[in-house]
Amino acid sequence: MSIEQFIENEVKSNDVVLFMKGTPQFPQCGFSGQVVQILDHVGVGYKGLNVLESADLRDGIKTYSNWPTIPQLYVKGEFVGGCDIIREMFQAGELQQLLADKGITVAASA
Amino acid sequence: MSAKDDITKKLSEAFAPQRLDVIDESHLHEGHSGHRHGGETHFRVNIVSPAFEGKSRVERHRMINTALAAELAGQLHALAIKAQAPGEAGA
Repeated sequence: MSIEQFIENEVKSNDVVLFMKGTPQFPQCGFSGQVVQILDHVGVGYKGLNVLESADLRDGIKTYSNWPTIPQLYVKGEFVGGCDIIREMFQAGELQQLLADKGITVAASA
Repeated sequence: MSAKDDITKKLSEAFAPQRLDVIDESHLHEGHSGHRHGGETHFRVNIVSPAFEGKSRVERHRMINTALAAELAGQLHALAIKAQAPGEAGA
């Protein structure tokens, strides 16, 4: 399976996917960590994929999304944005709205 | 030319911004994997330009990424972006 096929399979078979540096439990970059905190606060389940474990994945996702930096968030197979966009959307309530529009359940945030 | 001057020049030419701040935040990332000796790796850009009118957030970022493609392929490791059209710019 090519890296493009791997990425496509991940973003289509999981509602919310975060391509990040490190893991949701242990982010290894401040920008990835910010998105983890936002997703945890919103209370949405997601799959974290660590690009530091694979140079193929790290380069592959940049090409796949036509986006030069990590983290990158996908919802229902669609690229939503990187750290700045996710934070702006969260602060404006747009991220929560997007998840609701896509029919993704979130836990009530604490 | 410093990386900051280079980024400022490229963005000025591409978007004729009404406001443009290019801030070198490399010193905040000492010891981080993308940091290198001499800095100039992590930048923050606040830009207000009519070019962003009617564009989505992703489209705005892509426009900036395209303008800075050479820098992003080089030593520029992280680029935080706030891109607004004139009517949206807050205080």
